[in-house]
Formats: sequence, C-alpha cells, structure tokens
Amino acid sequence: MKLPLKKYLKRLGKVLRMNAGIIGYGVYIPRLRIKVSEIERVWQRNASGLAVSEKAVAASDEDSCTMAVEAARRGIEDFSINPKRINAIYIGSESHPYAVNPTASIVGDALGTTNKYFAVDMEFACKAGTAGLQVCYALKKARMIDVGLAIGTDTAQSKPNDALEFTAASGAAAFFIGDSKNEIIAEIEHTCSFTSDMPDFWRRPRAEFPEHTGRFTGEAYFKHIINAAKLLMEETGYNASDFDYAVFHQPNGKFPLKAAKILGIPSEKVKQGLLTPHIGNTYSASTLIGLASVLDVARPGQKVLAVSYGSGAGSDAFVLNITENIKNRRASRAVLEMIKEKEYIDYALYVRHRHKIKSL
Amino acid sequence: MQNIAPLNWRRFPERYLLKGNYCENCKQAFFPPRAICPNCRRKGKLVSMEMPRTGKIISYTKVYVPPEGFKNEAPYYLAIIELENGARVLSQIVDSEPEKIKIGAKVKKVFRRIGEPDKYGTITYGYKFKVVE
Ligand SMILES: [Zn+2]
Repeated sequence: MKLPLKKYLKRLGKVLRMNAGIIGYGVYIPRLRIKVSEIERVWQRNASGLAVSEKAVAASDEDSCTMAVEAARRGIEDFSINPKRINAIYIGSESHPYAVNPTASIVGDALGTTNKYFAVDMEFACKAGTAGLQVCYALKKARMIDVGLAIGTDTAQSKPNDALEFTAASGAAAFFIGDSKNEIIAEIEHTCSFTSDMPDFWRRPRAEFPEHTGRFTGEAYFKHIINAAKLLMEETGYNASDFDYAVFHQPNGKFPLKAAKILGIPSEKVKQGLLTPHIGNTYSASTLIGLASVLDVARPGQKVLAVSYGSGAGSDAFVLNITENIKNRRASRAVLEMIKEKEYIDYALYVRHRHKIKSL
Repeated sequence: MQNIAPLNWRRFPERYLLKGNYCENCKQAFFPPRAICPNCRRKGKLVSMEMPRTGKIISYTKVYVPPEGFKNEAPYYLAIIELENGARVLSQIVDSEPEKIKIGAKVKKVFRRIGEPDKYGTITYGYKFKVVE
C-alpha cells in the first residue's frame, strides 16, 4: 500500500513540476519597406530621435490575418508541428480585419487544424500577442491542450503626418506552446504581468487611426516595463545579471535600450532582439519578433528575459530557459536574414498599399 | 448586395488549403476537385487531398485590364502553375521581382486577401503564389 502511494505522489510531483514551453515559432515580415527619410521628405519633419531607419509595410492584399497565417505556417514547416495537434489559437492584434468575426477561426482553417480548438481574438494595444502566450502556457500547464498557438500580428495604423507614421509597421510572429521533452526549445519558467489604467494611446470605435499622448506614452512604457521586470525578478529570485538576453517591446529604437539601462542590463544583451530600427514598430508582434530573433541564436542553458508593453496599460514579463533541443530545432531562416528580403516603395505607393487614399 | 458568404464558405478548403482530389484508380490529382474522374468515369475512386504548396510556372501574363473589382490591383501577374503532383492551378503571382517571373520559375503558395465586395461584406481570402529561389 505504501509503495504505490509513494510512487503515485512522485508521479504527481513530476506532473506538477512539468513545465510548458516554446516548441516552435515563425515570423512573417512583409516585403515592402518605406524609409523613414522618405516620410520625413513628405512632411518636412525630422524623426531622427526615434532611431528607426525604415519600416515594413504590408501590401494592399495583406492584413493581420494573412500575416498571422504566414507566420504560423513557417513555424509548422520549420519545427515539424502537425497542425492537427493545435487545440488553442489566440491572436493578439489591434488591427483585426473585422470588428466582429474572429481572425482566429480563419487562421485555424487556413492552417488545416481540426475543429477541436479553443479560439479567441485578443486586443491590448501592443501586448495582446504575449497575453496569448500566457493563456496558451496556462492551458498547457492545466493539461487542457496538446499544442497552443499564440500569435501577435498587426498592420499598425497611423494618421498621415502623425508621429506614429514614422514607426507604425506591419509584421507577425507565431509561437507554439507544448510540453514534450523532445520538442521544447525554450521552457517558460515563469510569467507575470503588471497592469494599470493609464490611457496613453487609444482608438475609439469607428475611428480609423489611434490617438496618443506624446511624451506621456514614454512615461507609461517605462512604468509598466520596469515594474513588470522587477516583479518577475522578485518572484523568481533572479537578478539582471542572470539573463543572457533581454527583449523589450520596441516602439522605437531607443526605449528598449533605456529600459535595459534602468534595469542594469548591458545593451549588448538587447541588440539581438532589437528589430525596430530595421522594420519599425510591429505593435502586437514587436516583442515576439524580438524574442524569435533571440531564439535564432540562443544556446542551451541560456536564460532570456522578455517584457512586452501594451498601452492602456500593461506589461507581460517572461523568463525562458533555452534547452538542448535548440541545437537541432532551429528556424530555417533567422529573422535577421529574413529582413534582407525587401523592396523599397515611396510615400505614394505606401498610401496606395495601406489604403490611405480616401477618394478612391 | 447579394450575400456571397455562404457560397464562398463552401470553397474555403479549396481556397485556403488547395484541397483538390485524387483518383486512386488512375493515380491522377485534380484541382479544383472533380465530381467524377475524367479518366476512369464510374470506375474512378476519388479521395480528398491537399495539393502540394510548391510548383513551377508553366505560363504567365501581366494583366493591365482586370475584371470588375480588381481595378486597384492592376497591373498584376497571373500564371498557370504546375504543382509538384502535376495538378495545375491558375493564380496571381505576388511579392516577386518581375524579372524572376518566368516559365519554369519555382513558386510557393502564400495566403492573401483575394477581395471584398465593399466595406461591409465579408473579406475573401485564398491562395496566391510567389517566386522562390
Ligand atoms: Zn481515375
């Protein structure tokens, strides 16, 4: 009687300790680029303070849904994940193609999943993608799913001549969550969020473009990013020096470096995951594309800190531990390679592709 | 406005996943799916099958005068693509340098918006192809 109970408790302990993690990922960055200097030329403004040189632009026949499908498809192919195993699809975006009618169900059908999956579209400004990651992680820990798919995707909108127009970009990143020992490339050791009512950026129903509060958005960004990172360190007992890489939400090229400095993390640990200078701010995809770029090069045993930020406002923080599996489970093309495939367009073609010509 | 959503929905497997069919009797793949095998007629054994996502350009053209609803997309490339299993698809070619769009070029399926009737109706999604190295 004693032995089986002991055995049972041991097994139970194993189950409880079993962690979920990332078993694969895919990134999609549209091919079109506009140089920030071209936007500066049109509006006769200087945007050098943003430290962004160009931004990725979705073509006229692309939207958050098509980019989500492309990102997820790459993950499925590169990491040999059978789409029939996906039991949860959570899609974070502030540019879902429909106000009512889910992106998640279109993505599921386009990937060839079964019909047995949890699904919902999420919105929390730029952090809805990482919120999806948290939900998949929790569902996996609760053993309610086999594989969960969390996607951050956006065709970021910006009013012509608004400060946002210099950085608001398009892109998507998909993360697959599972717990198979042979598949996990990055175990999610812990996650937490820091949330408060701080309206620094918003869009009312039927408004085409978001509004923002200028410098106040910086105050909100640092308040939430720093507090979430500190909360995570407090809950895990780690110090800034324990992390080999740090990824932060990146509305421009400067904020993530400043956040790292405040936390005592050297800028070299941030650069691998800092994509905004090359592709702009991909909103819900921003932190996730940065994390993907880190996973492209990370080695077993390394520890990664990732902190997103969504206006309104909140930050999701994660500690990830890179496993041995990463040696033979890699993306076929690294994010830094992917961004080299591009085609420059001028401002006129940019407004055509982004449907900004209202008299049409 | 005619409600096209139900009609479109019946073609989602075809448009989203290139679902065609395959005759187990004569081993030929068909896209779009056929109701009966044109080779074997009543002896044919058709089963549903996802077509491969890669193929090559057999023939192409650049469309300057598009049909109704595609005016703002023009000019664009249309191609007949032979998929890896021999089935043929007519598709738009996107995201490719014009000089690389030629007969024999290797192409891969991508998921794109096909169109929308207006700002109120449903969006149609489906396949297009792009040239890959
Ligand atoms: Zn036949």
